[in-house]
Amino acid sequence: MAIIATSVAIFLIRLLHVLYLTGKSRRLKSPQPLSTLIVLGSGGHTAEMMNLLSVLQMDRFTPRFYIAAATDNMSLQKARVFEDSLLHKKVIKGSSAQFMQIYRSREVGQSYVTSVWTTLLATTHALWLMVKIRPQVVLCNGPGTCIPLCVIAFLFKVIGIRWSSIFYVESIARVKRLSLSGLLLYKLCIADQFFVQWPQLQRKYPRAHYVGCLM
Amino acid sequence: MGGTDSVSLKRIVFLTVGTTSFDALVKVADTLEVKQELTRRGYTHLLIQMGRGTYLPAESIGEDGLLAVDCFTFSSSIADHLSSASLVISHAGSGSIFETLRLGKPLIVVVNEDLMDNHQSELAEELADRKHLYCAHPQSLHQVIVGMDLKSLLPYQPGDATPVAKLINRFLGFPDD
Repeated sequence: MAIIATSVAIFLIRLLHVLYLTGKSRRLKSPQPLSTLIVLGSGGHTAEMMNLLSVLQMDRFTPRFYIAAATDNMSLQKARVFEDSLLHKKVIKGSSAQFMQIYRSREVGQSYVTSVWTTLLATTHALWLMVKIRPQVVLCNGPGTCIPLCVIAFLFKVIGIRWSSIFYVESIARVKRLSLSGLLLYKLCIADQFFVQWPQLQRKYPRAHYVGCLM
Repeated sequence: MGGTDSVSLKRIVFLTVGTTSFDALVKVADTLEVKQELTRRGYTHLLIQMGRGTYLPAESIGEDGLLAVDCFTFSSSIADHLSSASLVISHAGSGSIFETLRLGKPLIVVVNEDLMDNHQSELAEELADRKHLYCAHPQSLHQVIVGMDLKSLLPYQPGDATPVAKLINRFLGFPDD
């Protein structure tokens, strides 16, 4: 009993500590490249993510791990094309990218009731992948697949498995209301930096950074 | 010397539903009144990309005095079709919208009312308010085509992801470029 109580206490203290540090930059003297998890999604999500990656310096974000939902056929293909173009343009020397699929928490239109079970399944799969990857940076922009991954990344911070910085860019298609993923990550204070592309959202969610349209 | 360059005489209306099924839009595009209005405005071809939809529009080579109609389900990249179009009618997917706007093509976005939780209409309405495109529902498409003044549309300035990159780099302690 004492052990359980102590563990819970330590967990809670760590949780508060991580929440306190969320959003606070940890400046390093000469930052090393950071292993990066990039979450892709169907519809405009992957296009928006590729657009963002094209302005980031790839030697800072390496090795890169791309994850897409198992039912999403096109996103990983687009990511491969992007990585190939980096090699082709000699932006990077060797290929340091890996491409993985994850079970989906919820299909578009799926009832929220059955989604509870599929989310649990997806979370277990996500845990397996995250233990393997242990990224230092997580980039995501809205698909439901990012929720289990971000929650686990946050838990890894609390438990002390791996410290990471979680960045969320809400989709350009979200003008007045956040997506469900965005709302969860915002309310739970899981993202270190939360970006929105329209001023209406920044007014509603003041902790978000308004960055204008990216597309 | 060949005949006239038929490509330059073509004024193509390209209708796209992306990877979705949007029969309501394809059906209304296939109606006489829409085809008559497009023909009246000088369009010669209507090319319909119908995606996962099941409604098959009637194809025509234009022998009935109306614009020619052709259709297909998917293409690996609709960029070529967008480039050769004089007018684009698209579902409200952000990918289609921005791909079209970045090419500087006049655009009518049609919102699918059958979708649950239709957040897509927010984007279409916002861009319509900013006069970058026209926004319609399947039932109002004809009206919008009748009343549209494409010259009044404002060009869309492509966005820029570098502000986000800067913030991310600073947060991680990387030096500014």
